Amino acid sequence: MPKDTGIGAATVRREDVRFLTGTGEYTDDIQLAKQTYAVFARSTVAHGTIKSIDTSAASAMPGVLAVFTGEDFVEVGGNPAGWLINSRDGEPMKEPKRPVLAHGKVRHVGDAYAAVIAETVEQARDAVEAIEADIDELPAVVDMNDALSGSNFVHNEIETNQCFDWGWIEDNREATDNAIKNAHHVTTLELVNNRLVPNAMEPRASIGSYKASTGEYTLHTTSQNPHLTRLLISAFVLGIPENMLTVIAPDVGGGFGSKIYHYGEEALVLAAAKKLGRPVKWTADRTESFLTDAHGRDHVTKIELALDADGKFLAFRTDTKANVGAYLSNFSTATPTFLHGTLMAGNYTVPLVYVNVKAVFTNTAPVDAYRGAGRPEATYSIERVIDKAARELSMDPIELRRKNFVKPDQYPFASAAGLEYDSGNYDALMDKMEEVADVAGFETRRKASEAKGLLRGFGVNAYIEACGIAPSNLVGVLGSRVGLYDAATVRVNATGNLSVMVGAHSHGQGHETAFPQVVAEMLGIDPGVIDIVHGDTSKIPFGMGTYGSRSLAVCGSAVVRATEKIINKAKKIAGHMLEASEHDITLSDGVFSVSGTDKSVTFGEVALKAYIPHEYPLEDIEPGLEETAFYDPANFTYPSGAYACEVEVDPETGKVRVDRMTAVDDFGNIINPMIVTGQVHGGLAQGIGQALVENTTYDENGQLLSASYMDYTMPRADDMPMFAVDHNQGTPCTHNPLGVKGCGEAGAIGSPPTVVNAVIDALQSGGKNVTHIDMPVSPARVWDAMQNAE
Amino acid sequence: MNLSDSRVIDAERDLVWAAILDPEMLKLCVPGCQEMTGTPEEGFTATVVQKVGPVKATFKGAVTLSDMQPPESVTIAGEGKGGAAGFAKGGANVRLEAQGAQTVLHYEVEAKVGGKLAQLGSRIIDGFAKKMADQFFTNFQDHVGASPTEETDPEASEDTPKKGWLKRLVT
Repeated sequence: MPKDTGIGAATVRREDVRFLTGTGEYTDDIQLAKQTYAVFARSTVAHGTIKSIDTSAASAMPGVLAVFTGEDFVEVGGNPAGWLINSRDGEPMKEPKRPVLAHGKVRHVGDAYAAVIAETVEQARDAVEAIEADIDELPAVVDMNDALSGSNFVHNEIETNQCFDWGWIEDNREATDNAIKNAHHVTTLELVNNRLVPNAMEPRASIGSYKASTGEYTLHTTSQNPHLTRLLISAFVLGIPENMLTVIAPDVGGGFGSKIYHYGEEALVLAAAKKLGRPVKWTADRTESFLTDAHGRDHVTKIELALDADGKFLAFRTDTKANVGAYLSNFSTATPTFLHGTLMAGNYTVPLVYVNVKAVFTNTAPVDAYRGAGRPEATYSIERVIDKAARELSMDPIELRRKNFVKPDQYPFASAAGLEYDSGNYDALMDKMEEVADVAGFETRRKASEAKGLLRGFGVNAYIEACGIAPSNLVGVLGSRVGLYDAATVRVNATGNLSVMVGAHSHGQGHETAFPQVVAEMLGIDPGVIDIVHGDTSKIPFGMGTYGSRSLAVCGSAVVRATEKIINKAKKIAGHMLEASEHDITLSDGVFSVSGTDKSVTFGEVALKAYIPHEYPLEDIEPGLEETAFYDPANFTYPSGAYACEVEVDPETGKVRVDRMTAVDDFGNIINPMIVTGQVHGGLAQGIGQALVENTTYDENGQLLSASYMDYTMPRADDMPMFAVDHNQGTPCTHNPLGVKGCGEAGAIGSPPTVVNAVIDALQSGGKNVTHIDMPVSPARVWDAMQNAE
Repeated sequence: MNLSDSRVIDAERDLVWAAILDPEMLKLCVPGCQEMTGTPEEGFTATVVQKVGPVKATFKGAVTLSDMQPPESVTIAGEGKGGAAGFAKGGANVRLEAQGAQTVLHYEVEAKVGGKLAQLGSRIIDGFAKKMADQFFTNFQDHVGASPTEETDPEASEDTPKKGWLKRLVT
């Protein structure tokens, strides 16, 4: 029965009112008094030695207030990697310094080596053109194989381009090798997980300001996690005491991972604001976003799957090179390792998994987590090689997967890649997918396509992901340099309305609607009186922010814990008001009652009493009604799904059209099904975009050729079919109080292999023995593959 | 980007050789050239205003000549910096072949572009380079070669400098 309020209700998103009426307030909308503007001078070469930078002409230009170069930041710290990875031989990863502004060398096109601060953005832009930089171009390191074999180093001081050589699980290496050597059948696939530009609708922007009278700094910035940004700036880069730095992430127009990280522009505007005594604003233009936002994916992988004669999986062995670009971004070492290797058992009972990942520096933009972060790469490799194995063994791809699924009675299940899956039912998801996707009707549809001269293909995929990245104790052992809890403060005001301050940050996820549903359900009150406060470190408790589909599972659990504390205290107050023991007080529909009597007080009366404590037992209970909770999960959450895709391929042109897309997901319990559906739709569009059209192209000199929407194709509405989405098969998470899992990344993880599997199936149905095409599966690549298969 | 082609210039080889080493001549022929100074021995510096797709910029460049085999061949290397628009650099091997009163000019150009030129113009850069080369040689033919206008329209030649460059030089 659909509800109209509280948990499970498809409540309309309250934040959409401001987003859809143009009244959101983004960083660039904020105008501070006496604000100045920063524009950066960026390298036009991918690799070069900075011989000199003459800023005298720029400094003399009209309106110019200051010019900074890398020299000005030699003394401050580097922007660090958040996760220490040790190589197979025990050596720690290489961590060359990532400076605020390039110093000594520029290492990718777009690398900032100077910045001009001026009265207007136009004056700053003109002055940047007047900077005379003598940069000696060096040969660029672009291809990962060249990077590993050559002696041309992105960072001379580390004398290698290999950041680390990581093995997971190293103790399983030999057994995995043996299993593959002795197996009845081994399927091998080499593939590329194409590099993506995040393309958030709102470009990055930052405003630094400084108050000389108190020494306080404020940074308005496009961040998914303002406390993490503050911590990085305070503890590592500029050394500003945390209590002297407020970081505010107001409305943020999309992140997809790219706004997790601290970037040098944020440090620059703060340092410049102090020097000038005036606020300094920087807003990226679209080209800067292409050149400098941390990119996603970029793996080159060889995967092998060993099977016995019955089709049981014996081992997965993966060899991956992961491009980290020119500098380590904050999570760029965690993404190809612990967010990728640990998922390489998929949904399967396979006993052996071994993953080798070499992270490689190149003269390209840094690469880091992007919607899914490591898990799309894992799923793509696994689900593509399984599909290839099914074809080689003439088995039905659904049956082959089912044969190897973890079964519902096996939970908690210790995967061969080192995780403990707490819950799931992959067969139930597959059953539902077969029903929703009308698999039975496929042959009829195929014939109809053939009658039009088109090849129809069916692709299937099963995925699992690890969300709500956690727990701190475990990730600490694995090398994380931060904890991964979250926090919430529930403040009940005297007049009975509530402010809930959360550590998570909403930049499209709908927290302002979903979190009140949870609190309202627990208190039995109208969600309309509950307001969510997020994004301002001076207002919210220390939380780790939003990424990895963690907000509801981790921060939502903190909201639950804080609300429980509110209820406990409110019961004490109600007990006093009703002259009964707090243990006899029950809360139902916003009314506190004494069990077995008709005596009651409302939630509003209790709130008022908390703040106007007349006749109040001050010796037993403090005034006020405000509680904070920090929540550190016991495990990841494990969403899973079964996806299906049908494509039509035009054999004359190679053009692929996605005709049907079905996503059946297990997200555990659902707080707001409408928001979940929207999140899945967005993820599917991004995943289909990666599969069909998106591609980041550097030429051999390290020039980014796909640096605008003329050359970087974004998926459009007319590239998408109507999506069939179902999330009613949830198995609740067993270790968080809401039983929720995480839905933000699922669509982007599950869809790329589904689409490619369908394209291969279509070509095979047309008699073309094509076994693989790298993404994006563009008309040119499909056509090429068809010609070469003949 | 690689571009190689050959052009027949309607002038003798020695004259063509002299023309391609003359900064004044080059200024007339390089499309968008605002300034060209220098000598074959010291190299040339040039300022060129050009629009590549959406990118319009003033390129300041330096050109050096090497392996000079008068009047047969020369290697040209150069780089133009366009500020925020990026840069273009490259080299060309030029070979002159006498063919009676005419000269066949063979060229092989290897060039690369960077910055905004690469980011926004990569798809059109080949076509752009071809167009630049065509324009250069059309200009070159007009200024160095025997002017077809002169032959077909003798009246026009009397009071206009439409004569070929060499003819102006020698008459």
